[in-house]
Amino acid sequence: MERIESTDVLVIGGGLAGERCAMEAAAAGLRVTILSLVPPRRSHSCAAQGGMQAALANCFMAEGDSPDLHFLDTVRGSDWGADQEVARIFADNAPIAVRELAHFGVPWTRVTPGPNQYHIKGEKVVIDEPAEKAGLIMHRDFGGTAKWRACYAAAGTGHAALYAVDGEVVRLGVTVRDRTEALSLVHDGGRCWGAVTRCLRSGRLGVTLARSTVIATGGYGRIYGQYTTNATINEGTGAALAMDTGLVPLGNMEAVQFHPTGLWPSGILVTEGCRGDGGYLLNRDMERFMVELEPAKQELASRDVVSRHMMQQIIDGKGVDHPAGPHLWLDLRHLGIEHLTTKLREVFEICRDFLGIKPWEELIPVRPTQHYSMGGIRVNKDGEAYSLAGLYAAGEAACWDMHGFNRLGGNSLAETLVAGRIVGRKVADMTRRVSLEINTAVASEFLDRERGRVRSWLDRSGAGQSVYAIRDAIGEIMINKVGIFRTGSDLAEAVEELRALHDEVDRAVLGCKAPGVNPELSFALRLKGMARLALVTAMGAFARTESRGAHCRVDFPDRDDANWLNRTLVRWGRENGDPDFEYEPVGLLDLPPGHRGYGKASHVEMTHSLDEYNGAVVDEQRRHGMRAPDQPVGSELKPGAWRDAEARAGLKTIETGPPR
Amino acid sequence: MTARKLTFEIFRFNPEDPGSKPHMQEFTLEEEPYMTLFRALNRIREEQDSGLQFDFSCRSAICGSCGMMVNGRPTLACKTLTSDLAATVRLHPLPAFKLIGDLSVDTGTWFRAMAEQVGAWVHERAPFDPTAVEEPMDDELAAAIYESDRCIECGCCVASCGVANVRPGFVAPAGMNRIARFMMDPRDARSDTDWFEVISDDDGVFGCIGLMACHDVCPKELPLLEVYAYLRRKALGTAFLKKS
Repeated sequence: MERIESTDVLVIGGGLAGERCAMEAAAAGLRVTILSLVPPRRSHSCAAQGGMQAALANCFMAEGDSPDLHFLDTVRGSDWGADQEVARIFADNAPIAVRELAHFGVPWTRVTPGPNQYHIKGEKVVIDEPAEKAGLIMHRDFGGTAKWRACYAAAGTGHAALYAVDGEVVRLGVTVRDRTEALSLVHDGGRCWGAVTRCLRSGRLGVTLARSTVIATGGYGRIYGQYTTNATINEGTGAALAMDTGLVPLGNMEAVQFHPTGLWPSGILVTEGCRGDGGYLLNRDMERFMVELEPAKQELASRDVVSRHMMQQIIDGKGVDHPAGPHLWLDLRHLGIEHLTTKLREVFEICRDFLGIKPWEELIPVRPTQHYSMGGIRVNKDGEAYSLAGLYAAGEAACWDMHGFNRLGGNSLAETLVAGRIVGRKVADMTRRVSLEINTAVASEFLDRERGRVRSWLDRSGAGQSVYAIRDAIGEIMINKVGIFRTGSDLAEAVEELRALHDEVDRAVLGCKAPGVNPELSFALRLKGMARLALVTAMGAFARTESRGAHCRVDFPDRDDANWLNRTLVRWGRENGDPDFEYEPVGLLDLPPGHRGYGKASHVEMTHSLDEYNGAVVDEQRRHGMRAPDQPVGSELKPGAWRDAEARAGLKTIETGPPR
Repeated sequence: MTARKLTFEIFRFNPEDPGSKPHMQEFTLEEEPYMTLFRALNRIREEQDSGLQFDFSCRSAICGSCGMMVNGRPTLACKTLTSDLAATVRLHPLPAFKLIGDLSVDTGTWFRAMAEQVGAWVHERAPFDPTAVEEPMDDELAAAIYESDRCIECGCCVASCGVANVRPGFVAPAGMNRIARFMMDPRDARSDTDWFEVISDDDGVFGCIGLMACHDVCPKELPLLEVYAYLRRKALGTAFLKKS
C-alpha cells in the first residue's frame, strides 16, 4: 500500500538547517513533516567540530569585532563570489543565532577571566581576559578572520547544536519520518507541491503533499567517492531532486571546498580549530612551510589557500611517503595533553580511535580532502528557489549564496542556523497564503514515474557494471581531474568520462533483488543523481576559465573580474539531453573586488564601474528566474557600513613573548 | 607477513521477505592494514552480498549510527579495528531495538520516545530575547554540561542494559544521562520536585538493577556509574525534603 498524506510544510533533510526551518514553521502553528535519511541527530551537522562564527566580541582577541568585520571577512573569503547582501544578512544575524542556541541549551565554552595561555603564530602567549566578560561565550581563532570569532563547545560544536535544536523539534511536536527519502519533487510546472517518498524501513513508496517544500539535504561531497570528509549520506540528493525538475537551476557547482586537514588516508575531518588553537602544518623536513608562504596569516589563511599550498608541497616532493600516497603532518604536540583532551577532545578521540596515536606525543598525517559544497540549489535571499514557487532550500544544499567560491571555517554551522531562522520564517509566511491546490493526477504521475524507476532497476539484467563500481569510478575522476588544481585538458577528459559513466548507470545491474529496503537498490536510486551532479560540476569547472577561491585553474591562474564576476547557473531536466549553462551577476557589490589579504595578489580588474554592474543585477537575476523576495533586493545591504570598521576595531598587533 | 583471513559470522534476517528466516551467515575477507568494521562490512556488501543491511553515516564515531554487537558486546562498528579482534568475528544487531534487517535496528523511534518521556529540552524560564546579551555561565559548569551532552545516542548502553531489554518503558542509561544533563543546567526551569516525578518510579532511576554494563560499553566513555549515583541521591534528597 502506498501512503499518500498531506502536510503544510515538508522539510527534506533533518540536519540543523532543516530542523531550524521546521521549528520556525511549527512555532507559527503550521503542520510540519521532516523527512530524514537517518534519525535527525545522526545528520552530518553533528560532525561539525570546531566552531560557529558570530561577532560577539567577547574575549581579548575578539575586541572590536563587529558584524561589519564578519561581513568583510566573509566576502573576501568568498573571493567576491558571494551575494553581498546575503553575507550582510548573515553577519548581522549570526550573533542572534549563537545566543539563541545558548537559550536552547548549547554548553558553549565560556570566557574565563584572568590570565589564559594561548598559542598564537608559533608563540606561547598569556592574555588577561577581562572580568566584565566573565562567563560570556568564548571565541577561538579560525582561518581567514580578522578577529577570534568562532564560538565553540570543545570540538563537538555541531553535535551540541544539533541535539539542542532537535530537542526543540521534539518539544514542538514536529513529525519526523526518519529513514525516509525523497525520490522526486511533485510539481505542476509552476509550483512545488511536495515529494514522492520511499521508506527506508520497508522500501514502500508514498507521496507527501505540502503547501511548501524545503530542501535541506546538505552537500554533495560523496561524488568525490572516499576522498571526502563527508558522511556516506552526503550524496547531494536534494540538489539532484531540484535539478531533475528541469526548472530550478543549481548555482556554482564547480565551487567545491577542500579542507586542509582530512586524516590520511581515511578522510576523517580534524577541525580547523586545531590550527586556530595554535597547531602547525609540517612537511617531510619538519618545516612550517606556511610561515614563509603566507607571512600574514600563516596556517590560518583561508582553506582554499592553505589546501593549495599543501598540495604544492606534496607535488614538490615535500610530502611524507605513505602506501596510499604522500601526506603532510599536523603538529599539535605543543598544545599539551590538557588542552587536547578538553578543548579539542574530539580530535584526541579521533587520533586514538583511528590512528592509535597520542596527539601530544605524535604527529597527525593529514592531506587536503573534499569537504564542502559551496554550490547548490540557487535561491533568492528568502531561500526561495529560482523558477519554482513553493520550493525553498537552506544550508549546504542551497546556494544562498554567502560563500561564493570559498567558505570560511565556522561559517557553515552559522549559516544553517541563520538561514534556518530566516528561511523558516519566510516559509511560514508564504505557506499561510497558499492553499493546497493540486490535481491528484499530477501526484500520481510522479509516483508512477518513480515506481517505474524502481521496477526498471529490479527488472534489469545483463552484463552492466555494479552500482558501486560506477560510484568508485566517478570518485576517482572527480578527485584526480576536478580536484584542487584543475586544467582545461583534465577537465575535458573528466567531462567525457563522466558522460560515459552517466550513461552507464542506465545499464548497471543490481546483485540484490530482495523485497524490502534493499540497500543496493536504495543506493542505485541515488546514483543517477550523483552522476548528473558530478557531470555538471566538471562542466562548470571546464567552462570557468579563471581562478576564484577554491576553483583553481592552473591554465587561468588569475581571478578575472572582467569576465567571470558572475555565478554559474545550470538547468538540466531528467529527460533533457544536455545541461544548459547560464551566468548571472553575483549580486549587488558593496565591498569592491580587491585583494583578500592572503593568497595570490594579482587579479584582472573589472571593466564596468560598480554602478554599471549594480544597475544590471536585479533585471539580470530576474531574467534568470529569481523570484521576487519579500523585501526588495538590496534593502538589507547597508551599503558602506563596513567602510571604517577596521579602523574602528583598531586591529591591534599582538604582543608575543614570555608570559607576563 | 601475510594478511590474516578473517571470517565474519553475520546475523541475517529480512523481515520484509516472507522467505527469510533468521540465521547466521559466514563471509571471509582478507584483512587490510588499519581495517575497520566500516571498511570490512562495506567490502562484504559490495563484493559478496549486496543485500546485507547495516548502518553507517559519519564513519568517525560521532553520529552513532553503527552500534552493533561485536562478539557479543555492543560497540560502534566504525571505530572497531579488525586488528583488535580474533580472526573470527561474530556480528549481531543491537537487542532492545526493533530489527529493520540484518545488523540494522530502529534506534530513531526509541530515542524520540525517550526524548518525549524525559522532556529532553531546556524548559525555558522566559522566551528568547534576540536583543539581549547571553546569560553568563561559569566555564567549569559549561564543561560539565558538555561532558554529559556528549552522548551520541548510539544505543550501546540500551542494548547492554538488563532492564531495558525486558521493560520497554525504562528510560535506560541514555535517558538517565539526558536527565542528569538537563538537571544540572541552570537554564532549565524544572524544579527538584518536577525531576522527582520523572526519575523516581520504576521506569526511572530505581528501575536500574545495578549491573552497570552500560558504564563499561559506552563508546564515548560517559561516566554512567556517576550519573546513576547522582540521580539516586537527588531523588532521595528530594523525597526527604518533601517529607520534612
